[in-house]
Amino acid sequence: MKEEIIIAGFGGQGVLSMGKILAYSGVMQGQEVSWIPSYGPEMRGGTANVTVILSDRKISSPVLQEFDTGIVLNQQSLDKFEESVKPGGTLLYDPNGITRPPHRQDLAVYTIDAAVEAARSGNAKVFNMFVLGAFLQIKPLVTIENVIEGLRHSLPERAHKMIPANEAALRRGMELVKRAE
Amino acid sequence: MEDIKLMKGNEVLAYAAIRCGADGYFGYPITPQSEVLETLTELRPWETTGMVVLQAESEVASINMVYGGASAGKRVMTSTSSPGLSLMCEGLSYLAGAELPCVVIDVSRGGPGLGTIQASQADYFQVVKGGGHGDYRTPVLAPNSVQEMNDFVELAFDLAFKYLNPVVILADGVIGQMMEKVKLSPQKPRRTEAQIRKECPWAALGKGSERKARNIVTSCYIDPETMERHNRKLQEKYDRMERDEVRCEEIETADAEYILVAYGVSSRICAKVVEDARSEGLRVGLIRPITLFPFPAGAIRRAVERGVRGFLSVELSMGQMIEDVRSAAGDARLPVRHFGRTGGIIHSPREVYDALKRLMTETGGLQ
Amino acid sequence: MMTEQTLLLDPAGTEAEKVHGRPRLLLDATMHYCPGCSHGTVHRLVAEAIDELEAEEQAIGITPVGCAAFLYNYIDIDWVQASHGRAPSVATAMKRLCPDKLVFTYQGDGDLAAIGTAEAIHAANRGDNIAIIFINNAIYGMTGGQMAPTTLLGMKTATTPMGRDAALNGYPFKVADMLTLLDGVTYVARQSVDTPAHVRQAKKSIKKAFDNSIHNRGFSFVEIVATCNSGWKMPPVAANRWMEENMHAVYPLGELKDLAAQKAAQE
Repeated sequence: MKEEIIIAGFGGQGVLSMGKILAYSGVMQGQEVSWIPSYGPEMRGGTANVTVILSDRKISSPVLQEFDTGIVLNQQSLDKFEESVKPGGTLLYDPNGITRPPHRQDLAVYTIDAAVEAARSGNAKVFNMFVLGAFLQIKPLVTIENVIEGLRHSLPERAHKMIPANEAALRRGMELVKRAE
Repeated sequence: MEDIKLMKGNEVLAYAAIRCGADGYFGYPITPQSEVLETLTELRPWETTGMVVLQAESEVASINMVYGGASAGKRVMTSTSSPGLSLMCEGLSYLAGAELPCVVIDVSRGGPGLGTIQASQADYFQVVKGGGHGDYRTPVLAPNSVQEMNDFVELAFDLAFKYLNPVVILADGVIGQMMEKVKLSPQKPRRTEAQIRKECPWAALGKGSERKARNIVTSCYIDPETMERHNRKLQEKYDRMERDEVRCEEIETADAEYILVAYGVSSRICAKVVEDARSEGLRVGLIRPITLFPFPAGAIRRAVERGVRGFLSVELSMGQMIEDVRSAAGDARLPVRHFGRTGGIIHSPREVYDALKRLMTETGGLQ
Repeated sequence: MMTEQTLLLDPAGTEAEKVHGRPRLLLDATMHYCPGCSHGTVHRLVAEAIDELEAEEQAIGITPVGCAAFLYNYIDIDWVQASHGRAPSVATAMKRLCPDKLVFTYQGDGDLAAIGTAEAIHAANRGDNIAIIFINNAIYGMTGGQMAPTTLLGMKTATTPMGRDAALNGYPFKVADMLTLLDGVTYVARQSVDTPAHVRQAKKSIKKAFDNSIHNRGFSFVEIVATCNSGWKMPPVAANRWMEENMHAVYPLGELKDLAAQKAAQE
């Protein structure tokens, strides 16, 4: 197993921390992992992105030009990374605010209404957990138990009381994810 | 069960410093390595191991604080990024001249000038060839993983005290900012003053109750014969390093027709190029210098003797390490090319692979 | 290696009574200073102060770049030679790593007040428990008599041949006065070594500064207004007179700040 993932969105959407939780879940699952935030010209334009690799084997390059999965949370990121997903790969996006939906026919495209659901739940902080739940429904690379363990390791002690809300959002995200038409 | 953590390279440097029993860290914030000082001040080692952590007013002050601590035989270090390293070069020369052990970490970014805060490997000449004035060398370790960011701190201190010389860890912004799994080293105690007095009889710690003669830490030798003798002694030390301290990693070089040479994050990218090339049946290998000084010239020479058809020096710089690859290869007819992005742009595995294929095509290795 | 007191004239076997000798820690070496230079006197006071404080075993001095670079040849304690201007940074780390030591620097006006201003001011501002002995002779002695930041207005040097002009070179730099403003600073004094009375005052200040370092009572600074008869191109006696008439007017002597008793009461 080797999964190369790009997660991209606005700063403040929890892109980097979602990547970190996913990577920590991989550690808990006994996988090799790497997490590397935006670099180069991709840093422009107020977007944040992170490359996460989960693998059974030693990871060679943490820097990639194409990905098995793209998780995009705004239009700019969709414009930027749709072409970077490998043919036959997976694209997951939140349709909120998207005016030009993905056009590629050779990808498995999914949507998650995370922004809407986060607003409904009254807890904007768990937005990224709906997205992570959706991704793990599509690709169950790590168990929910290991995600919880990952949260426990990546969150500071004082935030551990937030773990149940995060777990609920994860499970809700798994239910809500939809294959795009 | 092993205590495996997921951490940034820069954070790991801070943990590794405390755990290997360092006595002091002196630094000035500069992107992309400010997490080292931030992590240290969060961990508050002065309350546990007694390690001193101090934010200096400049890199000039930092390196001279390191000089002060090293003069007392303490295990002291600093970290910085490229423009800060330029300011430290005077101090590095004095440390080398006075034969003082210390660890200096450069998490390099793009230049010249103020340049960019993003990752680069453009400090090769400055770090590997000296940087400061005078005839001196420093061993340079180039980690390419977060685990090596942990392991090389203690290794650097060991080398520094073995040779009484500054040791530089040359990392890059990617290795500093990325997170990977890491197994942190166990906590070692700091040395007591009595131990330091025994192990470093040269240290300026005050004469104490036993020592009668005074110790003088200096790099000043006005008399030409004495100065030359000192320089010859230093050179013998550097020769010993070249003989005993070369470290390098070779991947798939045994039957390789073409060899990539790369260090730091570039070597990780090149490792993927080797995987991709091998999966297409191309006989490609990688030589990864772990020590940039001493440079693994022997590995390059052995590859030439095996009949390699060309080298590609892959660097996030405009062609600096390639001079050492060329010099080690020795044969002017053998193609030694450079590929590298700069300015904070990180070359993708595909770009490197394309450059390699161009080299192979032009030199008859690929039809 | 000198550890015993050595006398220039051995009174043994004569009727002479020994009334004055070399301080125990001052080594039997011929100093490289020009005749009439203040450095030799200040070296003697440093050696005496360390001895009288019984700090020989724990003393670490940091030498500058300048005329006093070879100070380590004259006083029998451990020394570290710093690069130009950086002695306060060297001392800062040394003292923080070895808080039970006496750590002091000995710097001239080029070293401390020009190239090393930042290091000196920040060590002072941090309240580092070190002492600085600052020799202000208003000129660069070692490099052949160029202007120092402390050169007086109108004073002729190799780089102010028409005299220091404020419009071109600014004003005499009053380092000691400036340092008194910083909260980290415990003790600031400005003394001279031109008369026996001044020598006694200077020694008292140096001893206080060293005592503050030993007892971790903050940053101490002793400026010695000094002569450089070679740089000034004056015979020693004339240089002393010129200093009293001109230097002491711009750099008046005395203790400018002393919080040592207050700090000791807090312990």
